[in-house]
Amino acid sequence: MKTKSIILALAASLATSSAAYAEQMTIVSWGGAYQASQKNAYTDPYMEMNPDIEVVWDESSNEAVAKLRAMNEAGNVTWDLVDVVAADAMRLCDEGLAMEYDPDELLADAPDGTPASEDFGDLIVSDCFIPQIVYSTTAAYRPDLLPEGAPEPESICAMFDTETYPGKRSLEKRPINNMEWALICDGVAKEDVYDVLETEEGQDRAFAKLDTIKDDVIWWSAAAEPPQLLADGEIVMGSSYNGRWFSAIVEEDQPFKMLWDAQVFDLDGWIIPAGLPEDRLAMVKDFVKFATDTQRLADQAAYISYGPARNSSAPLVGKHAELGVEMGPHMPTAPENAENVFVYNYEWWADYRDDLDAKFQSWLVQ
Amino acid sequence: MSDTTSNTAEKLTTSDGKPLKASFAKALRRQKMRALILIAPLLLFVLVSFAAPIVDMLFRSVQNEIVPETLPRTVTALESWDPASGELPDEFVFAALRDDLIIAAERKQHTRLGSRLNYEMTGMSSLFRKTGRRVDDFGEIFTEQFEDLNEAWVEPATWVSLMASEDWIAAQAEWATAGDDSATEPAFVVSEAAKEALPRTAEIYAGFANVIQTEDEDSPTEEEPWNPVYAALYGDLIANPDAAASYSGVTAELLATAAAAVPEFEATTAREEFIDADEDWGSLDVWQTLYRFKGPYTAGYYLAALDAQMTAHGIEMVPEDQRIYLLLFMRTLVLSVVITFSCLILGYPIAFLLSHLPLRSANLLMILVLLPFWTSLLVRTSAWKVLLQQQGVINDILVFIGLVSDDGRLALINNATGTVIAMTHILLPFMILPLYSVMKTISPTYVRAAKSLGATDWTAFWRIYFPQTVPGIGAGAVLVFILSIGYYITPELVGGTSGIFISNRIAYHISSSLNWGLAAALGTLLLVVVLLCFVIYDKLVGIDNVKLG
Repeated sequence: MKTKSIILALAASLATSSAAYAEQMTIVSWGGAYQASQKNAYTDPYMEMNPDIEVVWDESSNEAVAKLRAMNEAGNVTWDLVDVVAADAMRLCDEGLAMEYDPDELLADAPDGTPASEDFGDLIVSDCFIPQIVYSTTAAYRPDLLPEGAPEPESICAMFDTETYPGKRSLEKRPINNMEWALICDGVAKEDVYDVLETEEGQDRAFAKLDTIKDDVIWWSAAAEPPQLLADGEIVMGSSYNGRWFSAIVEEDQPFKMLWDAQVFDLDGWIIPAGLPEDRLAMVKDFVKFATDTQRLADQAAYISYGPARNSSAPLVGKHAELGVEMGPHMPTAPENAENVFVYNYEWWADYRDDLDAKFQSWLVQ
Repeated sequence: MSDTTSNTAEKLTTSDGKPLKASFAKALRRQKMRALILIAPLLLFVLVSFAAPIVDMLFRSVQNEIVPETLPRTVTALESWDPASGELPDEFVFAALRDDLIIAAERKQHTRLGSRLNYEMTGMSSLFRKTGRRVDDFGEIFTEQFEDLNEAWVEPATWVSLMASEDWIAAQAEWATAGDDSATEPAFVVSEAAKEALPRTAEIYAGFANVIQTEDEDSPTEEEPWNPVYAALYGDLIANPDAAASYSGVTAELLATAAAAVPEFEATTAREEFIDADEDWGSLDVWQTLYRFKGPYTAGYYLAALDAQMTAHGIEMVPEDQRIYLLLFMRTLVLSVVITFSCLILGYPIAFLLSHLPLRSANLLMILVLLPFWTSLLVRTSAWKVLLQQQGVINDILVFIGLVSDDGRLALINNATGTVIAMTHILLPFMILPLYSVMKTISPTYVRAAKSLGATDWTAFWRIYFPQTVPGIGAGAVLVFILSIGYYITPELVGGTSGIFISNRIAYHISSSLNWGLAAALGTLLLVVVLLCFVIYDKLVGIDNVKLG
């Protein structure tokens, strides 16, 4: 009797687990506060509506291109939806690893009936990229760590001014953004940056400028590092994503100030891996339609200070879900923050990334 | 003499009458089989999870199939070119590249090929990207003129009757009437007549039909060919104005008119179109690079791993500001030796103490040694970050006791010092444990005997005790050294740029730059270095002297 009931229970649990397995959806993201905001705004409400679907998170977005390539070579793509930055989406699209889609078919229209392709507008930078948020890489500093009498930094060039602002600074361990800032601070006009960077001399010039602070830089590869280093007093200023600074300043009450100068706009969004089987694709499409509608994108902004990627979502951005702080002024798109924006050129980096990455990495090691 | 002994041996039999030798061999074989079955699961596991990946890695480090696979026609065409001639390849090669590139672009393989070639020559990546975006316009000028000549050239049907084999046309028609959605259209087959009369057009059209069927899941009966197909037809008709003779009916007529008209066509060459799309195609360097890397295997990754490269003048070192790998290999070895020594210096007294304390206190101390060993590597590494940073605990203490000034805080982390400190701590148990187990077995009577014969403490230790611990030192040193050579998480977190190891570059090439070939070459070299160290160690200390317990 007892054995029988155990067997029955086992069989039942096997049956349910295999049923649950069939409805699993693996979403890849960046972890941390950002993934939490996606969970709160998208997957939790979605799972409430679809109790038979289980979302499994994988925090591998920073290695998404490598892993998708490997999965493609092995002929077994286990991911259903991948969160990547725009440049990676373009690479994946170019290599045929991401699925091309039709915005008006896959994404929901705005509440006033504007088709999605218009509502998202230029932010659909690639045929495979489903934009979600606008974020920016920008600098922050600790006013209490500045030397006596030094003015508070107003421009990104403070990063290169070790005389006025002695001490370590933290920059991302890759050429993107750093090369541009180096050139801007070496006197190149913002609109000419990529023309200069395209030449051998221009690249040498950027490296020469970076050379002047090479010994003072702690290089980061995870965006959570600079806020931590700044909180520890290890550095006087650093670059990171504006959402990370926001959570340090507003949620953790750190004495940081943000430097909205030459902040670099970038996009983050979804791609659907190419070659998904029909049933999984149908499930992903259904989720994407849900997660990219106007209200949902605005909802995400209640958890992290990243701007929603569709125009119609902007007016719906409200207060922080827990702290009740108005989110609008903390967005990279807020007019007072966006005065000195630097527009990052994806196309250019798609072409030059291989070259400059190699040069930058050997420059770093030497 | 030996013959007689073997004869007598053969005569020996067991009790059941079988020759002793055979019976013995059988028993031995049975024993071996049993042993094999016992170890089979492990053997299988080792082969699948250890040997196979290593062989695969070795293979990947010389693999270059992406070039001949993506550019098959160009690679063949390049055979006829002499890279030392100082002249660009002829039109034939450019036309082959155009055909290859449009197929690669449709299949989205050209960017990957560009990235591959970029490892050998900067600028190749963007060259392939840019050209890939424009290659479907190549030959448009011919498309227009053919269409002006006769509307029929727009019709997919014209092309099918010109190119497809009769068998395929029949099979396709059958498939179309059946209307079965689940069945795929029969794979396109080009006709012998087309191959004979219009060889280049047949070649590229077959490629076109294949891409249409496999990538777009469409039918060549419904799609107008790409522009390069028209360009190829132009080339074929110029070379062979009598092509129409192989055909009959409407097709022959159409082809004959076209053949008559083509000499009057406004023409361009593939070469002009390529150089127009990107002037780098006019550079000899680009073509020489393509020529050097057209084979399915390459030594390029190994050369890169040794800071060298293949150039038109043979193998040369890369420019000084790009040489990093030899530096990193040296740094990895030097720092690993330093770590091994500091583990030994710190671990030896602890192991000595442990083995001489009464069991109860020794066990307590042992737990203190093992406890950090059981803690996550990341946690321990992060703890070092807190301790070592400039505003950290250690610097604070040093400032407090006045050893360093507040402005002169020591840089203990994000450099080689940080790597050595953190890794010494992490690898210490691997030194203490073998030392302890060896010391535990050394009988105290030897030292007592030495002392009773008049040795001082030091002489008794150095001449009697220490030599007996050498096997433990050997085991600990080999463990720590080999483990530290392959470490990458700790150096990544605390090493900054001056304390990173070669394995950090391997990890970087695997997950960021996606240069798997170079990562494999670096990994193979690292394996060779470890094996070499092992051989040297065996010569110096003797591997049979190593004792883990």
